[in-house]
Amino acid sequence: MNIIIALAYLLSSILFILGLKNLGSPKTARRGNQLAMTAMLIAIIVTLTKNEILDFTLIIIGLIIGSAIGAIIARKVQMTAVPQMVALFNGLGGGASALVALAEYNRFSGDLRIDVIISMVVSLFIGTVTFTGSLVAFGKLQGLIRSAPVVFKAQRFLNILLFTLFLIMGIIVIINPANSTGLLIILAIALILGILFVMPIGGADMPVVISTLNSCSGLAAAATGFVLSNNILIICGALVGASGFILTRIMCKAMNRSLVNIIFGPVGTVSVNNNNNDKRKVINYTEEDASIMLEAAKKVIIVPGYGLAVAQAQFALQELVTMLINKGIHVRYAIHPVAGRMPGHMNVLLAEANVSYDLLFDLNGINGEFKNTDVALIVGANDVINPSARTNKESPLYGMPILNADQAKTVVICKRSLSPGFSGVDNELFYQENTLMIFGDAKESINKMIQLLKT
Amino acid sequence: MIEPLLVSVYIFTLAIFVGFETITKVPPLLHTPLMSGTNAISGITLVGALISAGAGHSTLSTVLGLLAVIIATINVVGGFMVTDRMLEMFKKGKKKN
Repeated sequence: MNIIIALAYLLSSILFILGLKNLGSPKTARRGNQLAMTAMLIAIIVTLTKNEILDFTLIIIGLIIGSAIGAIIARKVQMTAVPQMVALFNGLGGGASALVALAEYNRFSGDLRIDVIISMVVSLFIGTVTFTGSLVAFGKLQGLIRSAPVVFKAQRFLNILLFTLFLIMGIIVIINPANSTGLLIILAIALILGILFVMPIGGADMPVVISTLNSCSGLAAAATGFVLSNNILIICGALVGASGFILTRIMCKAMNRSLVNIIFGPVGTVSVNNNNNDKRKVINYTEEDASIMLEAAKKVIIVPGYGLAVAQAQFALQELVTMLINKGIHVRYAIHPVAGRMPGHMNVLLAEANVSYDLLFDLNGINGEFKNTDVALIVGANDVINPSARTNKESPLYGMPILNADQAKTVVICKRSLSPGFSGVDNELFYQENTLMIFGDAKESINKMIQLLKT
Repeated sequence: MIEPLLVSVYIFTLAIFVGFETITKVPPLLHTPLMSGTNAISGITLVGALISAGAGHSTLSTVLGLLAVIIATINVVGGFMVTDRMLEMFKKGKKKN
């Protein structure tokens, strides 16, 4: 029987890996997700046949309650709210791993091999930090907690102190596994550290935080796998841990910051010297000017930012794009990696608005094209098109990969106001001669352009 | 004692490499579904939760296990379903209206 279970777990692992592989192309991605679902189903069913399990009542109740809640959330959630949903689910995954570690500790009441107790401590710690950290991230994204960085004096010192305390308690518990008070102290430290870890991080850095928590939820599952000597948990945990790590790295690179810098140095508190722009004036253009430019263009690139989603303008934008395409104009979208609240978020928002995915281009795919483009239409984006990232060594944005929208013949920017983006840096593109600034709500501006183009 | 642990460490390390190789190839276009999909996969800890909840050892273990089953199931079911919902929206070519 054990051999059959082990082989079924192997089959399940293969399906998980094939599923992830299929997630690599939009054509096969849906099948990939279904393969992963099948893999999960196999793993669950096989586990239920284990003779360790004596009572099925509670399991069935738990599965039903969990499935119902999960299904309702998945159906109801708005696409703009996917980041906080993923944050919440990361937390639940981490929390579940920590609970399993605790339950197993209780089951063997302190009589544990050294590798098992080490795994338990690790699983409990990572799982719990992921749990509370994710809840804070969820609260920030959902607007329940102030999304601005919460920083207080001696925060870093407190973090280091708590982490050191964790290491000491960890060693104590590993030396004497029967010390259950020690384990509870570790639990308490982890609960607090999770909160302290995410509280100082501002809204703009959320893509990095979610990716990191994603990675942690995987590592917690892997640690639980070591507790249970269960290979499927180890394999899946490692896959998710690697995935979250890669996404974290991509996001950090896209923002030109290191993970350490994000955790310890919240952006937005840096005071930036904007004095040199005081004398410069921005010319206010209207939707009429923009629609004339658009109509005369042969090639147009649209740069959407999160402001687009905030204004709920993606559907109107797609209507405008369809009109332009029908007029024979070549239109593409340029998506910056951090356009949105989590990696790839903007693509999902545009896909929801029926944008065909072959119109969506990433930074490397389109950056060379701006110089051959007549109009770059920027909607709700700011820092990701700030040329000072390329040119001004003084700028905090310097070195960050940006979309070279400034190289287009004409730049049309739909924006609420001149206020700087998350980085707090002024954008010299606004003052460029070939830039048309249109102030106002993105949705209203786009709808006006649609009306003008119709006539 | 050390040998089973060593095997686990082997598996973990190799799986990390497989993860790196596979996921590096996923384009930015699909990073959100990738993350919510892997998020659901991390709910694999449900397998451990099932054992804790069903082994019938002590009340505490069972309650902790049950709680773990519930939240891991939310993670798994919700994660896979929302990923499917998103991927369904990714379409190519002329859109019908």
